[in-house]
Amino acid sequence: MRVEEKPVTDVRESSRGGDRAQYGLCAFLALVGLLVIADALRITRLTGGDPVGPRPLPVILGALLLVVAALYALDVARGGQGEQEGGEDIDLSTRIDWRTVALLAAAFAVNAVLIEPLGWVISGTLLFWGAAFALGNRHHVRGLVIAVALSLITFYTFAIGLGVNLPAGVLQGVL
Amino acid sequence: MDALGHLLGGFAHVVTPLNLLVALVGVVIGTGVGVLPGIGPAMTVALLLPVTYGMEPTQAFIMFAGIYYGGMYGGSTTSILLNTPGESSSVVTAIEGNKMAKAGRAAQALATAAIGSFIAGTIGTLLLVLVAPVVVTFAISLGAPDYFAIMMLAFVAVSAVLGASRVRGFASLLLGLVIGVIGIDAVTGQQRLTLGVPQLADGVDVVVVAVGIFAVGEALWVAAHLRRSKGEVIPVGQPWMGRDDWGRSWKPWLRGTALGFPFGALPAGGAEIPTFLSYLAEKRLSRHPEQFGKGAIEGVAGPEAANNASAAGTLVPMLAIGLPTNAVAAVMLAAFESYGIQPGPLLFQREPDLVWTLIASLFVGNLLLLVLNLPLAPAWAKLLRIPRPYLYAGILFFASMGAYAVNAQPFDLFLLLVLGALGFAMRRFGLPVLPLIVGVILGPRAELQGRRSLQLSGGDLSGLLGGPVSYLIYAVILLVLLWPLVGRHMVGAVRGRAA
Repeated sequence: MRVEEKPVTDVRESSRGGDRAQYGLCAFLALVGLLVIADALRITRLTGGDPVGPRPLPVILGALLLVVAALYALDVARGGQGEQEGGEDIDLSTRIDWRTVALLAAAFAVNAVLIEPLGWVISGTLLFWGAAFALGNRHHVRGLVIAVALSLITFYTFAIGLGVNLPAGVLQGVL
Repeated sequence: MDALGHLLGGFAHVVTPLNLLVALVGVVIGTGVGVLPGIGPAMTVALLLPVTYGMEPTQAFIMFAGIYYGGMYGGSTTSILLNTPGESSSVVTAIEGNKMAKAGRAAQALATAAIGSFIAGTIGTLLLVLVAPVVVTFAISLGAPDYFAIMMLAFVAVSAVLGASRVRGFASLLLGLVIGVIGIDAVTGQQRLTLGVPQLADGVDVVVVAVGIFAVGEALWVAAHLRRSKGEVIPVGQPWMGRDDWGRSWKPWLRGTALGFPFGALPAGGAEIPTFLSYLAEKRLSRHPEQFGKGAIEGVAGPEAANNASAAGTLVPMLAIGLPTNAVAAVMLAAFESYGIQPGPLLFQREPDLVWTLIASLFVGNLLLLVLNLPLAPAWAKLLRIPRPYLYAGILFFASMGAYAVNAQPFDLFLLLVLGALGFAMRRFGLPVLPLIVGVILGPRAELQGRRSLQLSGGDLSGLLGGPVSYLIYAVILLVLLWPLVGRHMVGAVRGRAA
């Protein structure tokens, strides 16, 4: 939230009238509710010292999720709108930049896939360099230097210095 | 007095060269990361958890104490110099603080914030020493139904009282509770919501949830709306205050402390309400009300003190009952658990050394903060200029490292991405984050206490009601839930009379 009082013009609001995407979230909540109930009904009841068992809680949660999803949809239909979160580096007057989001998520996923086979130093370098690129960094060499430095420093401090679990991967024996 | 004796013992543990160094490192890292734009205190603590994995518990908690207070302090520096506060507790500080900075009084704004934080933090921690043992004595007499009721109150309070929309608060809470259900049931050993994925059998680690929602969610959300124009950072020299500034600051510091501590200790208190109340109080009591809105030092001194005192107050329910009331406390509770330590009344009996060392290190950390931050402010201000691509790439980098380090399985990284997407959606749709985190942490415990209560009563639902304490708590819950109806009715009645 910017403290200076200037009215934030919302692109979506002016273009469509109301924030209909919120119904998607209601549907998601309802779907989670159904999934939770379905999973709970699958649990067989064991007899034992525990009169409650593992089943009631998820059933209750699932039912409450359905109720909240309905109330939420009602709120949206009445024109209710959640306030998007602001912040130091956030400009809410722009549309969501899906390309940047997707690139960032891709950089993140690359690390998740490569961390065990290649090791943290390589996958972490790719993560930092790729994320910085996704966010608009065009100093490729500088980005790479920082990425390699960060990966090596964290690997030596945490994995070797403090015994934190980070894989060495293909560089096992080199580092 | 018993508590003071323990506290002195705690100081004896902290004041060794190695532990002082650990405290210093914690304060510096906490402030440095807290100053970085986009990183609030909760994310600071979540991201820095892995730093402490290799340490023994005592040192880890000394470092946490430093990170906690350092992160709080760093956030206020950001809001004074950048005007766009990252977290809601600094919103009020930014109102007058940034106006002061723009008027060339950044040095005084930072000084009153630093000294006010120190005074409020010290008094607040002292109050913690006095109040926590009393709460412990009370908490020991509580049974399973009472704990169940307290947790229900915490759920209702974080969802319904904080934030603008109740339905969005409850949606967030329920998602958190569902995440808490995932895994093997502790009593019967049956799997719930694991969807056949073996890595989910142990449940989702709270650290992974916190890092995913706070750090990855934030990075994705910033990526969607990255501000391309650079924010204006106001240059600052060495913080200092003149005689007049001292005269105008000391009363707001004390009043802010008095407001902040009790609110921090309440189940839905947090720092937002007391900082706001402190601002209003100072505006009313000030001899220079005309300066408010143009950079009144009272408007920085009071809210900053309230903010820090509330941070100390938060530790009362966290340590004495095991009840987190804000996001930072929730993450710290997760940190305790990763060491196999269960906060609550028994903690004071089983691990008195650990608790009192933690509390003593809060005093030490507070003093270190004051000594460090007055001279280091210009250096911290430079951190605000860090290029944003590197900043958020760094956040993802450390988030991945921390989440992987918990269990050493790549699966957690994919989980982190899914939780990041959830955090993204929550920011997009204005769902508050705190209820989800509290739900994940307290959900399994509430279920445990609830089932224990019903076990004692042989499955009879009256077992959940327990005794007088829980009656009282359920009455408060009803009041909180029905308040909008009651409030509307009363406003209507008053209006009717006026007409």
